[in-house]
Amino acid sequence: MLFDNYKTENFFDEMFSRDGTPRPHYQGVSDALNAVSAADFSNKQMAVENAFMRGGVTFTVYNDAQGTERIFPFDCVPRVISAEEWDVVEKGLIQRITALNLFLHDIYHEQKIIKDRIIPPQYLLSAKHFRREFMNVSVPKDIYVHICGSDLIRDHEGRYLVLEDNLRCPSGASYMLENRNALKRTFPELFQASGVHPVGTYPGELLKVLQYCAPAKFNGKDAPNAVLLTPGVFNSAYFEHAFLARQMGIPIVEGRDLVVRDFKVFMRTTAGLVKVDVIYRRIDDDFLDPSVFRADSLLGVPGLVNAYRAGNVSLANSIGTGVADDKVVYYFVPKMIKYYLGEEPILPNVDTFLASEPQDCKFILENLNKLVVKSANEAGGYGMLMGPWAAQAEIEEFRKMIEENPRNFIAQHPVSLSRHPTWTGDEFGGRHVDLRPYILCGEKPVVTRGGLTRVALRKGSLVVNSSQGGGSKDTWVLKK
Amino acid sequence: MSTITARDEVARSKQANVMLSRVAGSLYWMSRYLERAENQARLIDVNLQILLDFGQVSAETLKEHWVPVLRSSGDEEQFFKLFDTADNESATDFLTFRLENPNSIISCIFNARENARQVRDQISSEMWEVLNDAYHFIQGADAKKVWNEGASAFYDQIKRYSHLFQGITVSTFSRSEGFEFIQFGKYLERADQITRLLDIKYHILLPHASDVGGALDTAQWHAVLRSASAVEAYRRYYVADILFKKVVEFLLFDESFPRSLKFCVEQMNDFIQLITEGGSVVTLEAEPMQRFAAFLSRLSKVDIEAIFNRGLHQFLDAAQVEIASIGAHLYTNYMYHPPVDLEAEIRFQQQQEQQQQ
Repeated sequence: MLFDNYKTENFFDEMFSRDGTPRPHYQGVSDALNAVSAADFSNKQMAVENAFMRGGVTFTVYNDAQGTERIFPFDCVPRVISAEEWDVVEKGLIQRITALNLFLHDIYHEQKIIKDRIIPPQYLLSAKHFRREFMNVSVPKDIYVHICGSDLIRDHEGRYLVLEDNLRCPSGASYMLENRNALKRTFPELFQASGVHPVGTYPGELLKVLQYCAPAKFNGKDAPNAVLLTPGVFNSAYFEHAFLARQMGIPIVEGRDLVVRDFKVFMRTTAGLVKVDVIYRRIDDDFLDPSVFRADSLLGVPGLVNAYRAGNVSLANSIGTGVADDKVVYYFVPKMIKYYLGEEPILPNVDTFLASEPQDCKFILENLNKLVVKSANEAGGYGMLMGPWAAQAEIEEFRKMIEENPRNFIAQHPVSLSRHPTWTGDEFGGRHVDLRPYILCGEKPVVTRGGLTRVALRKGSLVVNSSQGGGSKDTWVLKK
Repeated sequence: MSTITARDEVARSKQANVMLSRVAGSLYWMSRYLERAENQARLIDVNLQILLDFGQVSAETLKEHWVPVLRSSGDEEQFFKLFDTADNESATDFLTFRLENPNSIISCIFNARENARQVRDQISSEMWEVLNDAYHFIQGADAKKVWNEGASAFYDQIKRYSHLFQGITVSTFSRSEGFEFIQFGKYLERADQITRLLDIKYHILLPHASDVGGALDTAQWHAVLRSASAVEAYRRYYVADILFKKVVEFLLFDESFPRSLKFCVEQMNDFIQLITEGGSVVTLEAEPMQRFAAFLSRLSKVDIEAIFNRGLHQFLDAAQVEIASIGAHLYTNYMYHPPVDLEAEIRFQQQQEQQQQ
């Protein structure tokens, strides 16, 4: 049978206990897969990949001018989370996003958390994405982060930990939706034994959030006009932009389709100019408005910030959320939860050392070959040193960078990420996984019951990002 | 100041489903490029068939045969940059597989797909998948393989992708503004292409008194009808005789055959009415519209003898000019926005910001 040779080794395995029996919430999946031969499974894997290619569920890697379209590799064995476990995760994520929104509002207004000395001011003021120009700008419904992806991992004991928060333009929701569709088409028998929460509610929930955060000035009879602002077809995540816009039934626009007049934003349509009230922007702050931010940006809309400040258009996510994306600010999130909510964090951080703190810095520099070191503001798994697996030259390079700019680095003990059975081509092997859930914050925070489980396809690799050889799995949250 | 044109006024009615000009343009071009690919396939197929009837052909005859085809889409110069001689292999390679030829089948399919990708949120998944399949198909094939396995089958497959796309569009695309731009583009391209097909054919098949009505002549006009999928339709009107004047009359003026010039131009007119009545701020200039109306009415006053006396080529040339003219007019007014002068716009917005503070 399919899993006969599978070994959990010394890692926490999502599917199997240490004694090799499937965990209770995986019983349905295990039974269904044991009825399938390796050849059949392999065929279904390939069929799914073909379906993704045909459907254009791809991202583009730009190594050359033309760019290669690749599918985000998908593994047919779903990652299952029990209802009880999810309950805790959900509460923890809601607690976290609530605190983060309060934090963002605070630091762009009264800055009480600094005045009360919970966070040393230099960390915020030196944060790459802290937008000083937006102090005291009011945002609709006081919501800064409407869409959040807080990545979770599990350690060798199976504890859920927050790895990082993604508060600017978190992506992957389209893969979450397409993965579910693909698995339903390919392996319907897997679903019958288990009761799985649907994820298809995401676009509807997202649209509600966008409409909820319409500007205070908006007083139209019809629903607010929401659009999705994309950098365009050459962006590697364009598939997702088009997909989400289509699912929500809102227009997808590029910078050149918008124009600002009288501090209001308009779309250039065949019928003339049509006003825009809410923009779900998949463009980073830096590129949003060449009259205010980077002047060389061809992706943005001159005057967009004027309109935003005038309260005539909402942006989801608001400008300035990048400060909380900073891995150094991440260190302080548990303190934020205590400060704003008076609660202990339900989901802990990974224990983190700050290179800008002298004692931590000494420890880091003495143990570079044992630690994971991360730049404060890189994404996609770049700017990272995996100490135990790195060459001496790379370690010395990081030593220099840390000494030159300690504010820019954090370090953590490597976490022994949980593993999941993953098809390697001819059999199942254990591969490290993480989880990106999707949290929407409108009238209240809503966590989609599912998410994107990313898997590091290379044996032993801990890097799950798509740009570095990662794949994904359908993620199930069971109803009971 | 800014480069906003007069028509950038606020739309009178706030429509629930507005259409970006850029999107209208992409749908239009997606449709045109695919129709062009299909027509190229028809054209190449019929030219290969016609040559079969000639038996042994000299290099000179081959060149005389293919050069007008290359000339008709304006690509003759580009062709001779890549190839020394025009023969079956070089011509079909150039017209089918070469990206250097902007009108080759592969270029057209690439462009159709690329335009579709720009507006993926507007089209149904099935529409996208057909274009994606066509793209992977033509990327996989190559000239040698086509020659080995049968050129006709290859060009049939291209036509099939186009038919499938059109069928899916008609079955899954809402009858909204987007549909109008797709259909307008399709019929415009088809109208243009039928005139080019007849222009080439007439030139090659210039009748010598001794040939008219002969077996060779008949066979070649039969091939022309077949390339337009018009054999059965033609026969319903003219029964057995395949006479070149009747074929030309049918393909230009028949009111019910969906590939005739007249039919296509009437469809163009219908869709122009729908596009322009959408409650836009745009007031179209009167002259281009009147000119188009005059053109349409000329197509109703059929006098095939007069056309042949004055010259079929002249007639076809004039038709192409009218088609291009109305296309440009619609494009400029609905699908095109002049690119924003970014620097001027930035300065303008910065000034506005100063005033705001």
